[in-house]
Amino acid sequence: MLDDFMVRASIAGVGVALIAAPLGCFVVWRRMAYFGEATAHAAMLGIAIALSLEIPIFAGTLVAALLMALTVTQLSGRSLATDTLLGLTAHGGLALGLVVASFLSGVRIDLMAYLFGDILAVTRVDLLLILLGFLAVILLMYWRWSKMLISTLNEELAYSNGINPIREKFFLTISLAITVAVSIKVVGLLLISALLIIPAAASRTFSRTPEEMVIITAVVGVISAISGLQFSYLFNTPPGPSIVCVSLAIFLILSSIRPLRSN
Amino acid sequence: MKLLSTNNISVKYGSNVVLRDVSLDINEGEITTIVGPNGSGKTTLVKTIIGAVTPFTGSISLTENLRIGYIPQRLSIDYTLPMTVQRFLNLSHKISKEDCISVLRTAGVPDLLKTQMSNLSGGQFQRVLLAGALLGSPQILILDEASQGLDQAGSAAFYQQIESVRNEKGCAVLMISHDLHVVMSASDKVICMNGHICCSGKPEAVANMPEYHGLFAAGTEGTLALYRHIHDHDHDHDHDNLRKFKH
Repeated sequence: MLDDFMVRASIAGVGVALIAAPLGCFVVWRRMAYFGEATAHAAMLGIAIALSLEIPIFAGTLVAALLMALTVTQLSGRSLATDTLLGLTAHGGLALGLVVASFLSGVRIDLMAYLFGDILAVTRVDLLLILLGFLAVILLMYWRWSKMLISTLNEELAYSNGINPIREKFFLTISLAITVAVSIKVVGLLLISALLIIPAAASRTFSRTPEEMVIITAVVGVISAISGLQFSYLFNTPPGPSIVCVSLAIFLILSSIRPLRSN
Repeated sequence: MKLLSTNNISVKYGSNVVLRDVSLDINEGEITTIVGPNGSGKTTLVKTIIGAVTPFTGSISLTENLRIGYIPQRLSIDYTLPMTVQRFLNLSHKISKEDCISVLRTAGVPDLLKTQMSNLSGGQFQRVLLAGALLGSPQILILDEASQGLDQAGSAAFYQQIESVRNEKGCAVLMISHDLHVVMSASDKVICMNGHICCSGKPEAVANMPEYHGLFAAGTEGTLALYRHIHDHDHDHDHDNLRKFKH
């Protein structure tokens, strides 16, 4: 069954959609959209370094995404605003990564595959990495769920409940780095943040609790992945952007059914 | 019985000392109110007590396994985060629907179980937070300007609720307040702060201290005038302490 590239692509797409669902919700709740994007862009530097050191791409992106997220967390609130810092590290990391990659004369690298994903070329090893990423994120979420939610609501409320919100943010950052690392193959680093945000945004008006929102987000993500792939197969469009377009269409349809209420 | 005490704590933000040598004791069942101008370190003191800020000198001692119920200053639940009142109450402890309703009744809002947090009015919201804080059967309730955003009548009613909760549950209360008339009517002890403790004691005593007048000289008259206005129009509330204070 795994010999069929479409089957492998579908499994990868569904797996990444499931991983992205809880993270996407947190990104929307905590207003971390740009943080997610910066983490993803900085992964380009990780890819370049992984290629030059001949270590697995997955390891390179994971470390780069993690370092970038931790750097921003450490530096924010000093002399520059967080969004400025994010812009700096995101595009700095992307540019630096592209420059480093250009020095790798011996290897022919397909930049488009990293920037926009190459889901049709997903291998069994990639599937295994997605499975491991899925298990890691789900376990982390299950373990920290209440604590992360309370920290998201209010930091002082967390402290008074004996929860350290800084620690919860760290767990969230790790989960985000894992998500970025496994998603690059599927949608590419330029569209990862769309994969996180759009399904979560689409599900908001239909959920009454945080858990419902995660479940609906997962459903929207899975439908987008499968139909996006089919669309790409039928009309010969790039698969990663097609998945994002389908989730955007779902978002538009759902918001027209029940218009987004203002606060 | 003493529930908690701070021993000469000082807090710095960067090189800026915001609290100097603050020592205070909170006793069982006692309502203590912290008053002081903006930037006087009231919120920092409360954050230090709940452990969100670490003092650079001094120490805080809590009785063993002290259960704290905390109501933050300004908790706005973003519309992006869906959350019913029932789910909110279940965040840190798993509790039954009956217990949710019962604690909401104690807080004065029994019918809000299925309401979205982002759709609550200011007064309802503070009462739901109060219900959440009451769930762990706290020995002390800590409120950081919990009536912010409520109008005079709303905040008076809210503090009345706090007092009746104290009378019912016997928990101590530590609160920061700007409403001087509420402070004077509902507190057992008032602590007047401006980076350090200027004066403290029973409300009637503090009201006559020069340090208190130094801090609130401009504001007091207006607040008392406002108090009289409320009193003229609302006879349901218990203002015994305030009557004493007026004379």
